[in-house]
Amino acid sequence: MATEVKETESAGKEIDFTACDEICEKYKDWKGATIPVLQQVQDAYGYLFSEIVERIADNLNMSAHQIYGVITFYAQFYTQPRGKYIIRVCRGTACHVQGSGRISEIVNEEFGIRNGETSADLKFTLEEVSCIGACGMAPVIMINNKTYGNLKPEDARKIFREYAQLQG
Amino acid sequence: MSYTTDHVEVHVCMGTAGVASGGQEVMDALDAEFTKRGLKNAESKERNCAAKQTGCRGLCARDVLIDVYIPGKDPITYEHVSAEMVPTIVEEHIVGGNIVEKWAAKADYFQFYDKQKRYVLADCGRVDPESLEDYIKLGGYEAIKKALTMTPEQVIDEVKKAGLRGRGGGGFPTGLKWTFCRNSPGDHKYLICNADEGDPGAFMDRSIIEGNPHAVIEGMLIAGYAIGCDEGYIYCRAEYPLAIVRVIKAIKDAEAAGILGDKVLGTNFHFKLKLKEGAGAFVCGEETALIASIEGERGMPRPRPPFPAVKGLWEKPSNVNNVETLANLPSIILKGGEWYAGIGTEKSKGTKIFALSGKVKSTGLVEVPMGITVRELIFDVGGGIPKKRKFKAVQLGGPSGGCLTPDHLETPIDYDSLIAAGAMMGSGGVVVMDETNCMVNVAQFFLTFTQRESCGKCIPCRIGTKTMLDILNRITTGQGREEDIELLLELGNDIKTASLCGLGQTAPNPVLTTVKYFRHEYEAHIRDKKCPARECAELIEFVVVDDRCKKCGICKKACPVDAITWEKGTVAYIDREKCVKCRECIVNCPFNAID
Repeated sequence: MATEVKETESAGKEIDFTACDEICEKYKDWKGATIPVLQQVQDAYGYLFSEIVERIADNLNMSAHQIYGVITFYAQFYTQPRGKYIIRVCRGTACHVQGSGRISEIVNEEFGIRNGETSADLKFTLEEVSCIGACGMAPVIMINNKTYGNLKPEDARKIFREYAQLQG
Repeated sequence: MSYTTDHVEVHVCMGTAGVASGGQEVMDALDAEFTKRGLKNAESKERNCAAKQTGCRGLCARDVLIDVYIPGKDPITYEHVSAEMVPTIVEEHIVGGNIVEKWAAKADYFQFYDKQKRYVLADCGRVDPESLEDYIKLGGYEAIKKALTMTPEQVIDEVKKAGLRGRGGGGFPTGLKWTFCRNSPGDHKYLICNADEGDPGAFMDRSIIEGNPHAVIEGMLIAGYAIGCDEGYIYCRAEYPLAIVRVIKAIKDAEAAGILGDKVLGTNFHFKLKLKEGAGAFVCGEETALIASIEGERGMPRPRPPFPAVKGLWEKPSNVNNVETLANLPSIILKGGEWYAGIGTEKSKGTKIFALSGKVKSTGLVEVPMGITVRELIFDVGGGIPKKRKFKAVQLGGPSGGCLTPDHLETPIDYDSLIAAGAMMGSGGVVVMDETNCMVNVAQFFLTFTQRESCGKCIPCRIGTKTMLDILNRITTGQGREEDIELLLELGNDIKTASLCGLGQTAPNPVLTTVKYFRHEYEAHIRDKKCPARECAELIEFVVVDDRCKKCGICKKACPVDAITWEKGTVAYIDREKCVKCRECIVNCPFNAID
C-alpha cells in the first residue's frame, strides 16, 4: 500500500530539489558527510525516495548504490513515506519484562499496522525501537517527540484513540 | 549535598523521564507562580525565587522530582510533583515556611541514596545542563586547568594510578589504552567519545550527557591532552534527541568561552570537538564499526589488529572511550589517582553507574562503589521486588551479558566476579525479573535483538544467531524438540568462538546462562509444553483454577475483550472463543489463579 502512494506522489509532480542541493552544498568539503546529509535531506523531504537518492549521489559525487548501502544499513533511514504520527514502542529489556509487546499488539488492533508499517491514510507509523533509554518508567512509548511512560495497555489504547481523533 | 544558594532556588528534574512526567509544566507553573506573587525580585533575598532545570538525579520512578533550596535551610525534596501542586508548595513552603509534609520525600526515598557514592553523577540534578556558567560555578573546568599544568605523561600516570577501567563494557585499563595511542606515530590523532549507548536497559550515558554535558567535554579535553589528540568526536545515538541538543549547546558555549578550539584556555593545546549523530545501528557501539560510521560508511566492524590506536578514524591513530569513563576523569585529576584507587575492589576501582529497571521498586540510575553485592544493589538500593513477588533472576550486561539467580545474590559486582559467575559488567544495565518472567522468553527476547542488529558481515553471527532464534521460537510455541537444548549449547559456543566482533562473540550469552541456571524451564517448555511463568501465550490454557480463584472479579475488569464471566461470589470463567490471549487477566490476578 505504501509503495502505491509513493508512485502516485512522485509521478505527476515536479520535485523541488533546492533544499537537497543546499544541504549537499553545505557538506561538500566535509569528510564522511553521507550520514548527516541523508539525515537532513530526510528531515526536509520526509523520506528518501529514489529521485532524491540519485540527486544526492550526483551532488556528492558518489554512486547511488553506495548511498543505498548506507541507507539500508541504518534503521533510521526510510525509503517509504511515513505517517504523520510515528508511534515508537520501546522494546528494550525493561519495557519487555513490563509487557510492552502487548502495546505493539494494541497498535495493530487499532490501526492494522505492524512494526515498520504505515497506515493507508498516512496518519500512523509503528516503529518498535530497541531502547529509548527511559527504562525507569517502563513500559514507554513515544509519539513523535512526546514520551509516555508507566503505560498500562489499555491506557495506551486511549492515547492512540485520542491521536486518531486529531484532524489531518 | 553541600549545594548552597543565596536565593530561593527550585531544582526541577528535566531529564528524559522528568520531561515525560511533566517537568516542563512544573517549571512553567513555578515561574508563573513566582511572577504572580512578585517573587522574582533580584533586589530582595527572600523575594528572589527561581526555577532551575537540572538533569536526572536517579529515581526516575518518582518523577517529577523537585528540590527546594532556601538559603540557610536544608533542601527539601518533593516527589511525583505535578503543576497543580505548585501553588500549594509555593504558598505553604516557600512563602509560609512550612514544609508540605504529605508530598515531601520520606525515608524510603533517601534509602535509595544510602549505599550510593555519587561522584560522576554528583552534579547531575544540581547543575543546569544548559548553562556553562552554572557548571563553572560548581567547580567545572578546574580539572582541565590543573591537567594543563601537568605533562601529558603525568596525566596518564595519574589515570593509571587510579586504576580506571573502560566503562563501556570491556573493562580495559584506560591509562594503558591511552599510552598505545600516544606512542603511536602520527601528527594528527583523534579522540572519540562513544555515546552510542545501544544496550537495551542501559541509560547511564544518556543521563550523564543530558544532566551534565560539560563534564563529558572536560573529560575529553583531559584525555585529548594526555594522548595528544587535536580533534574529537562525540558519537551519540539518534534515539537521544535531548542529549544531542544539550551537547551541541555545550560545545558551542565552550567554544565561545575559549575552552574548546584553538589555544584551549590560553595554552598551546588545541582541541576541536564535533558531534556526530548515529542513525540507528546497535553494532556501531563497537569501536571499529563506530569509526566506519563516522566516516560515512555502513557501520560494520573490521578485524583487529590494526587497532584504532594505530589505524583508526581516516587511518589516523584514534582512541575511543565511553561517556562514563570520560566523566570519571575530572575528579581523578582534581582529587588524584590514589584517592580514586581507594574506592572499590582490588581490581575494579572507583564507582560504577547502573541503570536499575524491571521488577524492582526504585527504578532509576544509581552510582555505587565497585564490589557492592547484587543483593545490596537490588534490595537495599532498589528497594526489592514490588507486589510481594519473588526475586527470580537479574540480567546484567545487556544482550552480551547473562542472567544470575537468587544463589548469586552475594556476588560482589566487579568486572572479574561477574565474568566468573557467567554475566558481565557490560555497560551497566541491570534488569530485575520476578517469578512471572519466563527465562526462555527472556533469552528469545535478547536473541531477537542481537539477530536483528547483526550486521551480517560474518557467517557465524549472521546465520548462527538466526538458527538459534528459530530454535527458541519453536520452544516458546510448543514445537520444541528433545535435542534442542544441546543444539543451542553447541551453536552458542561455536558462535562465540568464531564471530568477528564483540556482538557475535557475546550474543549467545543470554541463552547459555539461562540454560545453565534455568534448564528446567526449557525442559518444561519442550517436554510438558508448559510455560511455568505463564508468559509464553501459546503454552497457556487460559483456564481459571477453581481452588485458587478467590472470586474477586479483578480479571473480568482487566479483560479488554469481555471474554470473562464473573458474578459476585462465583469463580470466574474464561470464554476461550473470545479470548485473544493478551494475558491481561494473568498479569492482574493477585492469586495466580489462571493457568
